[in-house]
Amino acid sequence: MASKGICDRVAIVGMGCTRFGEHWDRSAADLLVDAAQEAYASAGVEADQVDAYWLGTMGSGISGLTAAEPLKIQYKPVTRLENMCATGSEAIRNAAYAVASGAYDLVVAMGVEKLKDSGYSGLVGNAPPGDGTESGMTAPANFSLLAPAYAEKYGVELETLRDVLSKIAYKNHYNGARNQKAQFQREVPLDVINASPKVAGMLGIMDCSGVSDGAAAAVICRAEDAHKYNAKPIFIKALSFVAGPAEGAKRQDYDFTTFPEVVASAKDAYEQAGIEDPREQISMAEVHDCFTPTELVLMEDLGFSPRGKAWQDTLDGRFDLKGAQPVNPDGGLKSFGHPIGASGLRMMYEMWLQLRGEAGERQIDSPKLGLTHNLGGGPGRAVSFVSVVGL
Amino acid sequence: MAGIERYGSYVPFFRLTRAALGGGKGERAVASYDEDSASMAVEAAREALRGSEGGVDTLLFSTTSPPYAEKLNAATVAAALQLEEGVCALDLGGSSRTGLSSLLAALDLASSGRRVLATTADVVVGAPSGPREAAGGDAAAAFVVGSDDGIARLIGRGATTREVLDVWRTEQMPFARQWEDRFGAEVFEPLVQATVDEALEDAGCEMKDLARVVADGTNPRVLKSFAKKARLSPEQIGADPSMRIGRAGAAAAGLGLAAALDEAKPGDKILVFCAADGVDAAVFEVTSSVDQGRPRHSVGSWIDSKRSDLAYTSYLKWREILPFEPPRRPDPDRPAAPPMQRAERWKFAFVGSRCGNCDSVNLPPQRVCVVCQAVDQMTAEPSADAECRVATYTIDRLAYSLQPPIVAAVVDFTNGGRFNCQLTDVDPDSVGIGDELEMTFRRFFTAGGVHNYFWKARPKR
Repeated sequence: MASKGICDRVAIVGMGCTRFGEHWDRSAADLLVDAAQEAYASAGVEADQVDAYWLGTMGSGISGLTAAEPLKIQYKPVTRLENMCATGSEAIRNAAYAVASGAYDLVVAMGVEKLKDSGYSGLVGNAPPGDGTESGMTAPANFSLLAPAYAEKYGVELETLRDVLSKIAYKNHYNGARNQKAQFQREVPLDVINASPKVAGMLGIMDCSGVSDGAAAAVICRAEDAHKYNAKPIFIKALSFVAGPAEGAKRQDYDFTTFPEVVASAKDAYEQAGIEDPREQISMAEVHDCFTPTELVLMEDLGFSPRGKAWQDTLDGRFDLKGAQPVNPDGGLKSFGHPIGASGLRMMYEMWLQLRGEAGERQIDSPKLGLTHNLGGGPGRAVSFVSVVGL
Repeated sequence: MAGIERYGSYVPFFRLTRAALGGGKGERAVASYDEDSASMAVEAAREALRGSEGGVDTLLFSTTSPPYAEKLNAATVAAALQLEEGVCALDLGGSSRTGLSSLLAALDLASSGRRVLATTADVVVGAPSGPREAAGGDAAAAFVVGSDDGIARLIGRGATTREVLDVWRTEQMPFARQWEDRFGAEVFEPLVQATVDEALEDAGCEMKDLARVVADGTNPRVLKSFAKKARLSPEQIGADPSMRIGRAGAAAAGLGLAAALDEAKPGDKILVFCAADGVDAAVFEVTSSVDQGRPRHSVGSWIDSKRSDLAYTSYLKWREILPFEPPRRPDPDRPAAPPMQRAERWKFAFVGSRCGNCDSVNLPPQRVCVVCQAVDQMTAEPSADAECRVATYTIDRLAYSLQPPIVAAVVDFTNGGRFNCQLTDVDPDSVGIGDELEMTFRRFFTAGGVHNYFWKARPKR
């Protein structure tokens, strides 16, 4: 049975987001205080008005105390949750369902990640004691499998595919260069992207998202209360989350050109929101561009492009800031950076700005519906989140 | 008496040229960074056991380089080979003679009715720039021994044990030392002569009756002078593996015997001896069934399958002789005993599961089928010897490895099932989709003093 959804029953009335990047001078606690204060101010509320909190973090703390202690939350429920790279979106989903249920009136969803303190490159897991048979494949290696598989299936020359991937990186850096909160606020020429040192398969450094620190927060209430707090709230049309059975890693019929988890969560979200033609109806999207081929495949899994055509749409500029359906207008994971627990909320933050006409240089012309997509895991073994929001 | 029923050998993929060591001709075989004596013994034993019917009662594992000083290494070998739990398993060591000694002990056990798998493997490490480093090699051999004549019947033997300070190493010494070779020659030359004479007399034959002589020992002078005095013909000496890949310690005599058996004809008599801390000598007569007991790989084919571009610094890192800058990644976690115990058949023997409802293979074994979701309908699916191919792959330049870059592959099995794993013994430039692979038992890393064994795939050798 499909999920029933909470279309137009819940609103976001305030948001905050720190700059993402290398915050050597700020702890996870500092980042949470910054994001929460900005969100409270944006909603025009005081901390004591908030009934409950959801905190997403993959590894920057355990338990609700990670937020309660620095924010001095006064004896209220704080749920700490984790769902790999979709952690931040899960905070929104659970917080939204809590107000929809009527259990609370005003809640905060927040996410934080402090990746740069470890001194390690890339992500560091925190696995339980194991039998030593776990695969040691890195994230870029895992996602790099998408590129040759896509090229093979749709008869795209590898050189053309390289241009497509570079176009995605170029586009997201172009957008991030127009965002004061992005980790990398610089356009990157195509020849630099093409020549970047190889990391895995055909992916170079410039095909990978930024490892960064950051936090973001949203103040959420029921739709009927929204205008009490904010003259221009945004409304949740759909929230979908899917954890797959990880069959692509075990079944020979999986071909690495799609994420079945994304297809399933998009279908669910579109049903909740009553969307029949996402290519036409979704004005803009923030999607999980952890690596450039991920964004390519997502365009098809989300129904923005027909199967086998996303590469052409990408080259044609459909997903550019001034294109027909802008994707990652804030720079995406690629340029804005990817502090795991904060990323899903950061995506929503851009929807918040765009729908309210506050995106400045990046402002998209009168957007109606925005989509955020957040992915965890990798090809064959993933979790996926899709939201649709609008005015 | 008793005989060898089947045999197998293993020579690792990498070679270190003596030119890379600073001079000299030829090359030595080098166990990869993910191999040790136990994993190589498994590879040789898989060769010996392939196609063999019936179990073995006793497993012997002989090496001078045991992965664990305390903890039965033979138990690891037995687990990887899925030997029955009732097997009696022993680690043997202490001298490079132990490989041949244990084969002879196995034959003794066989004549009292036990079927024995005698494995021997060594990773020979010498002090940098020394003669042991250059002259050593890494390899393994395995023999299935039974009470029948098999493919080669033991017809004569001799033994001498001598207390002599020739090669020695304490637990505190990282490298073995050897006394001056002129002294060793003085001690060993008469011992070899006497022991070989004893074995020949026991076999009722003379030197000239031998088709092959496998001469092994710690002192090359002794072997040379023996060959000269015995007036061995080039055919009798044959292609000595030690001359091609270095002397593989405890495995050297077994590897030489395997190479001799690779080329033997029915009726051939083979003398094998090893001179270390005394001498063991044995004479075998090859039977008419020799063709049925041969393994898939000959010693020569293993030796020819190689990569010779290994840098000396890489070799020194692999053997933990040269400290180096660690990666900017956390150290791997020590595997935990209870999860390893629960997953024993998967981890050590690569046994997956097959669904009784829809016949799908699940790797690793699952309780709920990944295809039909039937619960607890699984039967064991041994997959270590299953045919498999590269479904897709990638070159991972970020992942830490002692042999970068890693080639990570999605591996599809002909009988069903898919598994993602690293490829090993691979040239990253020559991998292709559809390439045939074979699974190989490896030591992934050592963390907190625990060796982490599991399986990887390698291009078919």
